[in-house]
Amino acid sequence: MPTVYVNDKPVEIGTKRLNCVQVAELAGVFVPHYCWHEALSVVASCRMCLVEVGDLKDGKVTMQPRVLPGCQTPVKDGTVIVTGEYDKRDKSLPALAYDPGYTRTAPLGERAKKSQADTLEGLLINHPLDCPVCDKAGECKLQDFSYKYGRSESRMVDVKNTPPNKPQLSSKITLFTDRCIMCTRCVRFTREISGTAELYVSGRGHHEEIDVFPGRPLENKLAGNVVDLCPVGALGSKDFLYKQRVWYLKTVDGVCNRCSTGCSTYVDANKDIVYRIRARHNPEAQGHFICDEGRYGYHHANSGERFVRPVTKSEGKFKPIAWSTLLPQLKQEFADAVTANATGVVAVLSPFLTAEEAFLLGTYFKSLSKDVRLVLGPVPLIGADDTYPKNAKGEPVEPVKFTIRAEKAPNRNGVEAVLKQLQGEVITFASIAKESLSAMWFSGGYPDKSHLDALVPTGWKAPVLLVAQDLLPTVVTASAKYILPATTGFEKDGTFVNHANYVQTFGRAARPPQEARTELQLAFDLLGRKGLVQPGAVRKEMAKAVPFFGALAPETRIALEVAGERGA
Amino acid sequence: MPIAESEVTWVEEAKLGLWEQLYIPALIDGLKTTLSHMVSRKVTEQYPEQEPTMPLNYRGVHRLNRDANGRVKCVACYMCATACPAHCIDIVAAPAPAEWQKDGREKYPETFVIDELRCIYCGMCEEACPVDAIELTTLYDLTGFSREQMVFDKEKLLSVFDTTTQAGTDPVRTQAGKLSVASESPPEQK
Repeated sequence: MPTVYVNDKPVEIGTKRLNCVQVAELAGVFVPHYCWHEALSVVASCRMCLVEVGDLKDGKVTMQPRVLPGCQTPVKDGTVIVTGEYDKRDKSLPALAYDPGYTRTAPLGERAKKSQADTLEGLLINHPLDCPVCDKAGECKLQDFSYKYGRSESRMVDVKNTPPNKPQLSSKITLFTDRCIMCTRCVRFTREISGTAELYVSGRGHHEEIDVFPGRPLENKLAGNVVDLCPVGALGSKDFLYKQRVWYLKTVDGVCNRCSTGCSTYVDANKDIVYRIRARHNPEAQGHFICDEGRYGYHHANSGERFVRPVTKSEGKFKPIAWSTLLPQLKQEFADAVTANATGVVAVLSPFLTAEEAFLLGTYFKSLSKDVRLVLGPVPLIGADDTYPKNAKGEPVEPVKFTIRAEKAPNRNGVEAVLKQLQGEVITFASIAKESLSAMWFSGGYPDKSHLDALVPTGWKAPVLLVAQDLLPTVVTASAKYILPATTGFEKDGTFVNHANYVQTFGRAARPPQEARTELQLAFDLLGRKGLVQPGAVRKEMAKAVPFFGALAPETRIALEVAGERGA
Repeated sequence: MPIAESEVTWVEEAKLGLWEQLYIPALIDGLKTTLSHMVSRKVTEQYPEQEPTMPLNYRGVHRLNRDANGRVKCVACYMCATACPAHCIDIVAAPAPAEWQKDGREKYPETFVIDELRCIYCGMCEEACPVDAIELTTLYDLTGFSREQMVFDKEKLLSVFDTTTQAGTDPVRTQAGKLSVASESPPEQK
């Protein structure tokens, strides 16, 4: 088995093609880097990942006489890597037989350490150090690495370069030109991932700047990723500019709820307000990046139009009603409707519900009568799947690196799996829209109300008893008897199943409005269950009841593995 | 740079002998102080008829400093709000007006509110400020008829600056370190 030694620690690499930075990570050693990114090509321009490299042959290590950029140096069997953190190595491991001529001039790791400190000094020559007004401060790689690997003083005595800022770069992104360290991650992203190639480097040497071509601003559906990619505060999101300091934000692992790709995200919130969505690396869901629809698709959660308390229609007007009076009333009215005509009662479960919510709401309505039908809510389909990279003409190019899907709902597959289990078939909303029904429970949660408005056929006649649960006013809520506030995908724990049946659970980033109840809480209330609502417990219950979700509970997961099924 | 292990000096607590453990020397020390006060000159200040002059490093009501152009010096970095142990500072930041941006000001506080009732006057805010924009003044007799009156906004804090500057009671800088480049260059260097 090919073995590489990182600070004397042997790492077996198998058949993988890795560079020094990746191997060091396998060995648990972090090699700092700016320009290198797993998903982008290698340029080795920042010189932050400099390491000492040698070769182990016949039990002796021959070191190369100079430091090499780790990101650009591939490893093979017998490669020896010494990083700047050699003095922090695991000293219980036996040291390799290094060439005494090499260690005589400088101790091991000293060359790399000094090179990194020198690199940082060079990067900071023209950096303005305006950290107090920079949005990146707190999560800035230049701050972190300067602190850890740099020097505390600058020897620079000349006046710094101060090129003007470029807020005209894009409608969503601004460039603080003087903060840039020319890692060119953003340029490579637009060339290799989005393929739109808006950004380029103008000038040479001291005068290098990131810029766009005249009349072609940085406007593509993946553009927001360059802000995440920027290791310093040069590229800033106008959406988040000066909104919060990053150390106030609490980060929760989320799942994007704007399309069926189901991208893994970080949801950054403070005091129950979501301020920012970032991409979370997940090779099984989407990879490294997210699209701008998802990145900026959280504003509905902070919208002033949202329903925040239950209301009921009386004399043509909606008036607030207390949960304590509303819940028994709802139960009674649905029980009456079921006794009168069970086939006239439907529960519409939206593809924006989590699987747990769909499961528990569905269980409630099936417990009223077997003839109550569970219906999959309208699934918005907008245009066609949009794949990246694109070529100069805007046509998609193979191989596809990112897909924005036409299906603008996160959990159609999850709700369908629940429906198939509870009633054996999936009934679509379109098939029951023409029927005259006596009662309907409509759970919505559509972040974009125009999506739902477009899917409800014109001339749709609402049943007399229509309970609509949604975030924003739509055609459905307009004709409802009761409107209940819904919660967004950031305000609950749950499980989404993406287009490829990949199951992801996510956590709650913010609390819902004070008087709102989550769909799961509501299902608990309707079922008459007592106690605290614990999504984790419901998830286990669902995993036992619905084989599709079997892998979500430890006991059933083992049973599935024994039976040879992959499950969710 | 993180502090290296070699730069850290560990200090051990002094070991007490039998004589110190009896606490008699500490008792005598304390009594000495008491007795010296009994025989020294008596100081009684007739407050409020006679108002004391506070030392210039006294920590009273805050002020927000103005720059050379009379604009608020604060760059809305939230360092004071982060350092504040009482969470009494609330800032809303915004991009600076176009006119200010010509002078390199990118960010400014749209609102800057200090709840003077919550404040514990520890001075952490002025210590944290990278641009010397917030300072604690010698004003100590802070009164108001309601809680709302004691919540000072940006205008009120700037007016404290005007009052103290006119009265010649500018506080002394408690931190002698170099200011951040986000601040304008200090006047004496011009």
